[in-house]
Amino acid sequence: MAEKSNMGSLLGGRLRENGMLLALVAIVVFFDVMLKVNGKDFLIPQNITNLFLQNGHVIILALGMLLVIVSGHIDLSVGSVAAFTGAVAAWMTVTLKLPFYVVIPAVLLVGAAIGAAQGYWVAFWRIPSFIVTLAGMMVFRGATLWLLGGQNIGPFPPEFQALANGFVPDLLGIGKPHGLTLLVIALAIGVQFWAGFRARARDAEFGLAPEPPALFWGRNLIVAGATAFVGWQLANFRGLPDVMVVLTVLTVLYAFFTENTTTGRRIYAVGGNEKAAKLSGIRTDRLVFLCFVNMGALAALAGMVVTARLNSATPKAGTGFELDAIASVFIGGASMTGGSGKIVGVVVGALIMGVMNMGMSILGVGIEYQQMIKGMVLLIAVIFDVYNKSK
Amino acid sequence: MTTLLEMRGITKTFPGVRALDNVTLTVEQGEIHAICGENGAGKSTLMKVLSGVYPHGSYEGEIVYDGTPLHLRDIRDSEARGIIIIHQELALVPLLSIAENMFLGHEVAERGIINWQKAFKQAEGWLKKVGLDEPPGTMVGKLGVGKQQLIEIAKALAKDVRLLILDEPTAALQENDSAKLLDLMLELKAQGVTQIIISHKLNEIARVADRITVIRDGATVSTMGRQQISEDRIIKDMVGRDMAHRYPERHPQPGEVLLEVRNWSCWHPDQADRQMIKDASLTVRKGEIVGIAGLMGAGRTELAMSIFGRSYGKGHRGEVRMGGRPIDVSTVAKAVAAGISYVTEDRKALGLILEEPVVRNVTLANLPGVSARGVLDKRREARVAEDYRRQLAIRTPGVQQKVVNLSGGNQQKVVLSKWLFTNPQVLILDEPTRGIDVGAKFEIYTIMKDLAEQGRGIVMISSEMPELLGMCDRIYVMNEGRIVGELARGEASQEKIMGMILKGEGKAA
Repeated sequence: MAEKSNMGSLLGGRLRENGMLLALVAIVVFFDVMLKVNGKDFLIPQNITNLFLQNGHVIILALGMLLVIVSGHIDLSVGSVAAFTGAVAAWMTVTLKLPFYVVIPAVLLVGAAIGAAQGYWVAFWRIPSFIVTLAGMMVFRGATLWLLGGQNIGPFPPEFQALANGFVPDLLGIGKPHGLTLLVIALAIGVQFWAGFRARARDAEFGLAPEPPALFWGRNLIVAGATAFVGWQLANFRGLPDVMVVLTVLTVLYAFFTENTTTGRRIYAVGGNEKAAKLSGIRTDRLVFLCFVNMGALAALAGMVVTARLNSATPKAGTGFELDAIASVFIGGASMTGGSGKIVGVVVGALIMGVMNMGMSILGVGIEYQQMIKGMVLLIAVIFDVYNKSK
Repeated sequence: MTTLLEMRGITKTFPGVRALDNVTLTVEQGEIHAICGENGAGKSTLMKVLSGVYPHGSYEGEIVYDGTPLHLRDIRDSEARGIIIIHQELALVPLLSIAENMFLGHEVAERGIINWQKAFKQAEGWLKKVGLDEPPGTMVGKLGVGKQQLIEIAKALAKDVRLLILDEPTAALQENDSAKLLDLMLELKAQGVTQIIISHKLNEIARVADRITVIRDGATVSTMGRQQISEDRIIKDMVGRDMAHRYPERHPQPGEVLLEVRNWSCWHPDQADRQMIKDASLTVRKGEIVGIAGLMGAGRTELAMSIFGRSYGKGHRGEVRMGGRPIDVSTVAKAVAAGISYVTEDRKALGLILEEPVVRNVTLANLPGVSARGVLDKRREARVAEDYRRQLAIRTPGVQQKVVNLSGGNQQKVVLSKWLFTNPQVLILDEPTRGIDVGAKFEIYTIMKDLAEQGRGIVMISSEMPELLGMCDRIYVMNEGRIVGELARGEASQEKIMGMILKGEGKAA
């Protein structure tokens, strides 16, 4: 009996990851076909660039949210915190005229401090995170209004705007196609295959049932193909957006942190069984606290990216961000009770949401239907998980 | 006497496992019938068949109840016929009142509107019947387990019970509550309620049971009448082998003193004036297996956990030494660093991360041991887990298997591996063989023996006295938070331990 469920859980785990990727590809293809039929274009450089520019903040928030959810908590305040930190950035830049290299670290610190203030109550006083961050959601929305006096602050100097709208200059000087972009993409594909083979060799060494070669090659070729396609399109437009570089670095960093460091491992243990973790000598409260500090800093980063993109801080900024981030995490396969979830899944989850937003908007689907469809996708993804687990 | 229930040739299979194999059980009208068997022998499965949890058609064989074949669809169906089961884990809602609990699902109502006056009146009547003197409006969560057990019985009576099944009813009860419950069973018998009791407390069975059926490995081994009841025979039937070979042979050579606890006290975490551990002192030597005996609630787990990084209680006082030097045990990490490990009694809730693989559970308490500057070396980690898998013979398809899929005995070995990887000098094992089958028990004993021979000190907390007597070089006896006695291997016996507990009780009062 044990052998059987083992195979099941192994395949189940991979089924989820591969399924997510397949879903993303399917959704992209679906919109491409639908739009072609309607005489419009989907997979054009402009759209691909915009996909990352317009959804960067969701991915940034979702990275932090994954840690919070893995540790067994939730953070509802990130939208308000992003708005507030965006307002702080605007105030420092526009009103105080401070340079961006002062503003950016200062605002990140403000975000971390807000995260610490909330995490303190959650971790050390054991106040449910839902309550603490619901309070935070209201408090920082109010604080944003107060700081902005109900008005927009802007515009920003170009150095700050580059945070959202900047592109990596073509250091190779080829022009079009953008040489540096092509080089980076080629490297990325190389790294992807190298990492894939390494993981495969390691699986074999650990006595794990090897992934069927067809699945391995299929997945890697799809990913490589998609990367090459996106790269080519970007190279023929304006090159790599700065945001995309930030996102890639953050994703790799957080993936490494969650999977390969002792602290990352311990966060999963806290969410998986807090009491057992505590009795294993792990300082569970401190880890939960750190997850919230990290979330606060990432919310500040997201806040600055959005403010820079809009070129002004507005009282309404960040509304609903927390829900997008939470949805991405759950679509990405994290467990509702904590203890499991992967960074890669979360990024794919956020991209699925982003592609759907963009595709439906271009198709001219009304906002009312967009909301309904996104809600259903979230529900179906989680039902799929629960169904797989119960099997 | 007429036969109330006859189960014939009951066979129930789960994928890959035959849980029941041609079981026969006959229960006469008005008797108390005891069912004995090791953990995993199939007692609970049999009762689930009888109470409709596994409906007709999901098993082979036939059940005749009250002269007619019984084809149950679900629990409601069995309850309608007066077959009511009280599970070991009580099914009461702690935040509702006694009356609300008693009529849950069968409310005293007309057209959906509850008549509380009537309900309370009826509840009072049933409570009187079971001898529980509490107003029916009392919140259940405020009552002790013993009283909750009585409420369960009252609840069964309210449903017109004809066959009452009690699954280890005294497992969580104190001695005097157990006695009260057994009296109640006899009283109900006098009123004509047929009862089945599942228990492995032989003295209780001897007291109330008219007949005993012993089940082993999913099959009926024997049914004996009151006159034939003998402990030896029951034990022999239950385990299917002689007691003599249940423990590995040991040649203890205790060395210098490792762990020394002096005048250790601590208080209840929520009730500041309730002292849970009272001036406990004990020593553990190198290569020694030391037992701690005591009834449930004697403070054994509390003592162990309060020493292990103050994981239990408040206001700790006293001294802990290792190898003669005082050590700091104020956090789990410090206790582990000082060479103490504690293997919990509740491995699922406190010992394991069930949804994670074996390998991650094994290394959890010593991640620095498989990492460099905070970065995990997964190759090394897998090798460590693989080593323990081989050493302790953990039966799993691989170390990447989730521990939730392992059997109890193998889960226990994973917890042991976790603590062995911290390389402890003293290992405290709290009920190390609870909920695991006989074969696996022997393996755990053998591991304990090997660890002692390696020169580690072992503390074994257990509620099973034979196990303590079979394994330990010395036994401390605890009662009401106090260590009330100490017995060497040669002089220890069940009677002596019980005597110390009872005398200790007198002292404390």
